[in-house]
Amino acid sequence: MVDKVLTANRLSDGISVWLDAAGNWVESLQDAFVARHAEAVSALESTGKTAFADNKVVDVNVIDIEEVNGVLRPLRLRERIRAEGPTMEYAPGYKGLAGPVHAA
Amino acid sequence: MYRYDEFDHAFVHDRVEQFRDQVERRLSGELAEDAFKPLRLMNGVYLQLHAYMLRVAIPYGTLNARQMRMLAHIARKYDRGYGHFTTRQNIQYNWPKLSDTPDILTELASVEMHAIQTSGNCIRNVTADHFAGAAADEIADPRPYAEILRQWSSVHPEFSFLPRKFKIAVTGAAHDRAAIQVHDIGLHLKKNDQGEIGFAVYVGGGQGRTPMIAKKIRDFLPEEDLLSYTTAIMRVYNLHGRRDNKYKARIKILAHETGAEELARQVDVEFADLKNTELKLPDADIQAITAYFALPAMPERPEGWANLARWKKADENFARWVDQNVKPHSHPDYGMVTISLKPIGGIPGDASDAQMDLVADIAEDYAFDEIRVSHEQNLILPHVALADLEAVYRGLVSSGLATANAGLITDIIACPGLDYCALANARSIPLSQEISTRFGDPARQAEIGELKIKISGCINACGHHHVGHIGLLGVEKKGAELYQITLGGSGDENTSIGEIIGRGFEPEKVTDAIETIVDTYLGLRNDASETFLEAYRRVGPQPFKLALYGSSSAAA
Repeated sequence: MVDKVLTANRLSDGISVWLDAAGNWVESLQDAFVARHAEAVSALESTGKTAFADNKVVDVNVIDIEEVNGVLRPLRLRERIRAEGPTMEYAPGYKGLAGPVHAA
Repeated sequence: MYRYDEFDHAFVHDRVEQFRDQVERRLSGELAEDAFKPLRLMNGVYLQLHAYMLRVAIPYGTLNARQMRMLAHIARKYDRGYGHFTTRQNIQYNWPKLSDTPDILTELASVEMHAIQTSGNCIRNVTADHFAGAAADEIADPRPYAEILRQWSSVHPEFSFLPRKFKIAVTGAAHDRAAIQVHDIGLHLKKNDQGEIGFAVYVGGGQGRTPMIAKKIRDFLPEEDLLSYTTAIMRVYNLHGRRDNKYKARIKILAHETGAEELARQVDVEFADLKNTELKLPDADIQAITAYFALPAMPERPEGWANLARWKKADENFARWVDQNVKPHSHPDYGMVTISLKPIGGIPGDASDAQMDLVADIAEDYAFDEIRVSHEQNLILPHVALADLEAVYRGLVSSGLATANAGLITDIIACPGLDYCALANARSIPLSQEISTRFGDPARQAEIGELKIKISGCINACGHHHVGHIGLLGVEKKGAELYQITLGGSGDENTSIGEIIGRGFEPEKVTDAIETIVDTYLGLRNDASETFLEAYRRVGPQPFKLALYGSSSAAA
């Protein structure tokens, strides 16, 4: 089975988030909980439906990933870009997903 | 330019407060996403890959310095210090918080701007020639008619839930700079033998997954019938446009399946009932709106001619910029300046807050407080005295806004693509940056001449690839990006849809392929005056196929 994580966008600001093992929505894919068997995937899907119904997140999806040397990597380019941000320097001081707080 | 009256102010204010309440109810959980989504879309708020996106309307691409400064302020305060000017003459912000959007809309309303009808199945921002009111070749200014259409279509109860989105463009010159033949309705201002103003009416053009060139269904529509005839078209579409399949819901499909002649007949039936109703435009109303768009008082500035010749002689870069980015104005002492948002290796259409502020300053100091956004993702100063060009140029150079490439190979249109867009299958921006860098040498660009490259990251064609002289369409194939190349498209008065040249190219091979196409053109053109498009129309695709694919081109 392909490893999977649960991702969504936070309702209040739309920022991409992933579900961690403690049930929190976190801003880094690397902190996400990885489902490696069918029961865990079912749990992710169930959590996603609940979180959507609770109006915490929108656009909830289970996505395929692989783990390479301890680094989580989505299989689809679309999800890699969601996890890492735009692939070019889009404004001075901004790269990837780094926001104003982290900007140079 | 048009100024809000009391009704407009109250209308936009009420709409903002209505949306503020909707956002609050959404954030509190009172409104579910399914209920909220159409409401946010009606106010220009999308959800993209990384964040929400807010699309702000710039009616027919016209704005003043105060409005541009507000766009800069919003970029600075609520976003990440930049905005993206679009092919619909609007601006998009890529990182706003949903919770901030009511405040953003309040600030926009303070300068007579909003985001209404920048999304949804309604009549979208009416676009127009970006040189409107200034061009030497203009028959009449299209903006008063675009404004009349804007007022008529805003929250029009009958046309707020159409089968699909609906786009109208108006041009007022023989040379079509508004791409009207790839719009749902294209209006071409003209004069009849009696010197009266009217429109040639085109219907059923569009790009997307099924590109179509609009059909002319009326050769001369008197201006007084603009709203009644447009309403007639909308009624036929609203009644017969398909609602069972969103991919077949645009009026272009209806026009194609019905046939232009029959569609025109159906429109005429509706028009007969509407022609002499309250939709008939009184001349006084047309004049009242037209007065908002009067040319500024432009004094004679004949000293500019001699100064310009001297400055050009002294500065090769300035001379190149004038030759490429300044076009003749209807007043001989003035020019129309294109501010390129396509720096070599940069992101097409993006402008920082500081750049927007600078453009506002220059517009106030040297351009009668007028700015335009072009559908080619550049900014325009429509009225600049030749005598002020050097000062304008120096100001633009200081902020990286003086790239002399308007209409050249590096003046690339690109949609946001997979770097931002939830619909995209492939990236557009990095590809445009690579092509721009490869061809960035000014002498090489000049040698190539007019060549429009347009890039879309998915079949929805926001990057207008179908009408690019060279079009690039990004697709996803086996999990990777692949780019189809089309040749021979054009979005002017001789509109054509580009032809797919053969099998697609991996991202790392696209720029080489473009270079092969360009080199082939340079090798076969009759002389330097024959543009890429003219040469392609003369020789067809085969020489380019052969160059790209060799002997396998027959199977490509």
